Amino acid sequence: MATANVATHSTDAHDHHDHEHHDNFITKYIFTQDHKMIGKQFLVTGIFWAIIGGLLSLVFRLQLGFPDMELEWLRPILGGWITPDGKLDPEFYLALVTMHGTIMVFFVLTAGLSGTFSNFLIPLQIGARDMASGFMNMLSYWFFFLSSVIMFISLFIETGPASGGWVVYPPLSALEQAMPGSGLGMTLWLIAMTCFIASSLLGGINYITTVINLRTKGMSFSRLPLTIWAFFLTAVIGLLSFPVLFSAALLLVFDRSFGTSFYLSDIYIGGEALPNTGGSPVLYQHLFWFLGHPEVYIVLLPALGITSEIIATNSRKPIFGYKAMIISMLGITILSFVVWAHHMFVSGLNPFLGSIFMFLTLIIAIPSAVKVFNYLTTLWRGNLIFTPGMLFSIGLVSFFISGGLTGIFLGNSAIDIQLHDTYFVVAHFHLVMGSASFFGLMAGVYHWFPKMFGRMMDARLGYIHFWATFIGVYLVFFPMHYIGIAGFPRRYYSWTGFEFSNMYTDLNMFVSVAAILTFGAQLIFLFNFFYSMYRGRVASLNPWRSNTLEWTTPLHPGHGNWPGEIPAVYRWPYDYSKPGASEDFIPQTVPLSATPESNLPHEQELVKLEKQIIADEEADLVADESKES
Amino acid sequence: MSTTATAVGVSPKRGIWGGGNEPLKASYGKLMMWFFLLSDIFTFAAFLISYAAIRVSYPGYAGPAESFVGSNEYWPVPELVFDAMPFLHGYHIPLAFVGLMTFILIMSSVTMVLAVEAGHRNDKKDVVKWLLWTLLGGITFLSCQAWEWSHFIHGTDGGSVLTYVNRLGQVVTETVYGANLLVNEYGPAAFAQLFFFITGFHGFHVTIGVFLLFLAFYQAAVGVYEGRGHYEMVEKIGLYWHFVDLVWVFVFTFFYLI
Repeated sequence: MATANVATHSTDAHDHHDHEHHDNFITKYIFTQDHKMIGKQFLVTGIFWAIIGGLLSLVFRLQLGFPDMELEWLRPILGGWITPDGKLDPEFYLALVTMHGTIMVFFVLTAGLSGTFSNFLIPLQIGARDMASGFMNMLSYWFFFLSSVIMFISLFIETGPASGGWVVYPPLSALEQAMPGSGLGMTLWLIAMTCFIASSLLGGINYITTVINLRTKGMSFSRLPLTIWAFFLTAVIGLLSFPVLFSAALLLVFDRSFGTSFYLSDIYIGGEALPNTGGSPVLYQHLFWFLGHPEVYIVLLPALGITSEIIATNSRKPIFGYKAMIISMLGITILSFVVWAHHMFVSGLNPFLGSIFMFLTLIIAIPSAVKVFNYLTTLWRGNLIFTPGMLFSIGLVSFFISGGLTGIFLGNSAIDIQLHDTYFVVAHFHLVMGSASFFGLMAGVYHWFPKMFGRMMDARLGYIHFWATFIGVYLVFFPMHYIGIAGFPRRYYSWTGFEFSNMYTDLNMFVSVAAILTFGAQLIFLFNFFYSMYRGRVASLNPWRSNTLEWTTPLHPGHGNWPGEIPAVYRWPYDYSKPGASEDFIPQTVPLSATPESNLPHEQELVKLEKQIIADEEADLVADESKES
Repeated sequence: MSTTATAVGVSPKRGIWGGGNEPLKASYGKLMMWFFLLSDIFTFAAFLISYAAIRVSYPGYAGPAESFVGSNEYWPVPELVFDAMPFLHGYHIPLAFVGLMTFILIMSSVTMVLAVEAGHRNDKKDVVKWLLWTLLGGITFLSCQAWEWSHFIHGTDGGSVLTYVNRLGQVVTETVYGANLLVNEYGPAAFAQLFFFITGFHGFHVTIGVFLLFLAFYQAAVGVYEGRGHYEMVEKIGLYWHFVDLVWVFVFTFFYLI
C-alpha cells in the first residue's frame, strides 16, 4: 500500500482488486470500469459504425455513379426505399447522406477515435492506475451505447432517419411537413445526439482531470507524449463546444415539439402561413457551427497526436519541434473557436464579418503548416521503419497536406461563393478531416494493438490494407475536386438531370468503383483485426522499441496497469537515437543519472537534482513503511 | 482527505506541475465539478446569446410608460410586465417580486458559504444548520418562480388586443390574456417563448441543486461525511449552487433589466 503515489483512494483500491477477486464476465467486458476495456468497447463500437457508415455511402455512390442501375437486389435490405421501378428513393438518398455524415463524424471519428485512444492511452502513458473516475468513464461509454442504439433504430423506421444533412438546418429539420425524415427520424436523431453529448462531456471531463491530477512522478506537462497533449486539448475543445450543440439541439427540440419559433419565421407551406414568427434559422447555424467547426479539430487532433508519436518512434528520431507541436496544437485549439462563420459565407452573413472570419480561418494554416513541416523534418534522414502504423501515419500527413491546401481556397469568402456546397467541399473535408483522421485511427490500431490484445497484427496484410486504402482514397476524392469546381452541388440525387453536369457521369462512375474497392479493402483490416486478436503472433513487451510508459506494463496489464509501483518518469518521451547511448531508444523510466554517456550538457546538470529527488522519495517510502509495520 | 494525503512521497523539488501530486490543489472530484460548470457556462451563454439575437431583431417600446400596451410589434418594457406581487392584486410594483426572489437566492449562496466553512471546521451541527437554510432558500426560490410563471401565464385582467396567426393557420384579432408558447399579451411570441425556455432551464438547474442539497443535508445529518472525515461533497455541491446563482444574475439582467 506504500505506493505513496497519486494519492487517491481509487489508486489504492485497485491494488486490492488485483489480489482479492477476479472479475466475472459482466464486470470485465460489459460494465467495466477499466479504462483499457472501455477503450476497446469504444473501438469495437466505432468499427461497427464505420461499417454501417461505409455501406450507406456505397449505396448512394451506386446511385451517383450508375443512375440507371437496377437496384432491385437491394430490396431485401432497403425494402420500400427501393421504388417499384427498382430505383433508389430520392428521399432515402437524402437520409443516406445525412446518416453517413452523422455516423462518420460523431460515432466513428469522435467516439471511435478519441473515445478509444483517450481512454486507452491516457492512463497508460501518463502513468496512472485508471481514469480519475472509472464510474463516469463507464457511464460515458454507456451513454454512447444508448445513443448508438437510438441512432441505429432510427435507420429502420418507416419515415426514414433524419434527412436534412448532418448539420440538420432548420426549417427543413424543424418542420415535420418539410420532408419525411424530419418526422420521427429527426426526433430520434436529436435524442441520440443528446445522449452522445452527455457521453462526450463525461468522457472529456474525465480526460482533462486525469491528465491534470494523475500524472506519475516526474511526468510534467513538458514530458507528456504528444498523444496526451492532443487528447487533452481535444477534450478541452469538446468540453467547450459540445454544450453549445446541446443548446442548439434543445432549442430545436422545442421548435419541433412544443411550438416555439426560435429558428422559424414567416414560413408558408402550400400557401398557408405557419404561426411561427420572430425566430432566425441563421441563429441555428451560428450555434451549430460553434460546435461544428471545433468538431473538425476534435476529430483531427487525436489523429495528429497519434501520428506524432508513431512517426517519432518509427523514424527513430526525436519528434522535430516538440514545443512547436504543442504551441501549434494550442493555437489550433484557440483558433478553432473563432472561425465558425466560414461555413456561413453564403448564409447572408455581413460581407465585412465574412472577411474577418476569412482572416481568422486562414491563420489556422500557420499552426497546421508548422505541424506538417515538423512531421516532414522528423522523417527527414530518419532511420525509417515502415510498420503498418507508420505507413498510415505518413498517409495521414499526405492527406493533411493535399486536403489542407484546398482549405486555403475554401476559407476565402469570395471563392466560397462559387465552391460552397459543391463536391469541392466534399473532396476537401473527406481528405483533410475524414481520411486523415481515419488514417490516424488505423495507425493507432496497428500501433497499439499489441498493447490492447497482447498480439501482433499481421504486417503483410497491413501493408496491403494500407496501399489499397491510400490509393483508393485518392482515387475517390481527387476527381471530386473537378466535379466541384464545375459547380455540382452536394446532396443532389441525380447528376444526369442537368446539362452542365451530365458530362461528369464517367468520372462519377470511376469514383463509385473506387469507393467500392476501397471499402472492400477494409475487409482485409477487419479480418486482420479479429483474426490477430486470437491467433496473432504473441507480442513482445515493447515491439516498436518505444519510449513511452505503456510499454513498461505487463503484456496483459490488469486493472491498475502496473503490478507493483507505478514507474516514475525522468525524461521526455522522444530520446530516440541519442548520440552516445547504447540503444537507439531510452525509455522515459530510465533516470538521467543512469545514462551519463548520452546526457546533453544541460541534462548532466539536472542529474544532481534528480539524485536529490530520488533520495527524498526513498526516504519518504522508508518512513512510510516503518509507520505501517 | 485527498488534499491532505497528496504530497506523500513526492519530493518538493519536483515542482508543483512535476507529476505525482494535485497541481491545482484540488481533488479530481472538485476539478470535475469546475470543468462541468465551465461547459455549462457555454450552454447558458448560447441561450442568452440566442435571447439577445432575437431581442435585437425587434424594436423596443418607445412611447411613454403610462400608455404602454402589449403588442407583438415591439419588445415590452420589463418593469411594466413584471410588476405584480402576491396578495397585492392590481398594484403596480415594478420588479419588486423578482427582486425578492433574487435576494433569496443570493442569501442562499451566503448560507452555502457558511455551510462550506463549517465543513472545513468539521462542525457537523453547523453544516447541517446552514445546509438546511440553503435548502430552504432554494425551495423558496422555486416556489416564487412557480408563482411568477403562473401569473405570467394567467395574465392581467385587461389583456391586450393582438393580431396573430393561430394554430389553425388563420389570422385572428382578439383579446389575449396571459401567455403561452404561441401568443402572449405582453409582446412578441418570442418574448414568452424565451422567458419560459431560459428561466425554465435555469429553474431545472435549481431543482437539481435542491435535490443535491437535500442529499448533502441528509448525509451530513446522519453523519456520513463525519465518518469520511471531510465535507468535500458539501464543497462540490456548493460550487454548483454558486454557479446556479451566478447564472440567475445574468438571466435576471437579460430578462428584467435590459
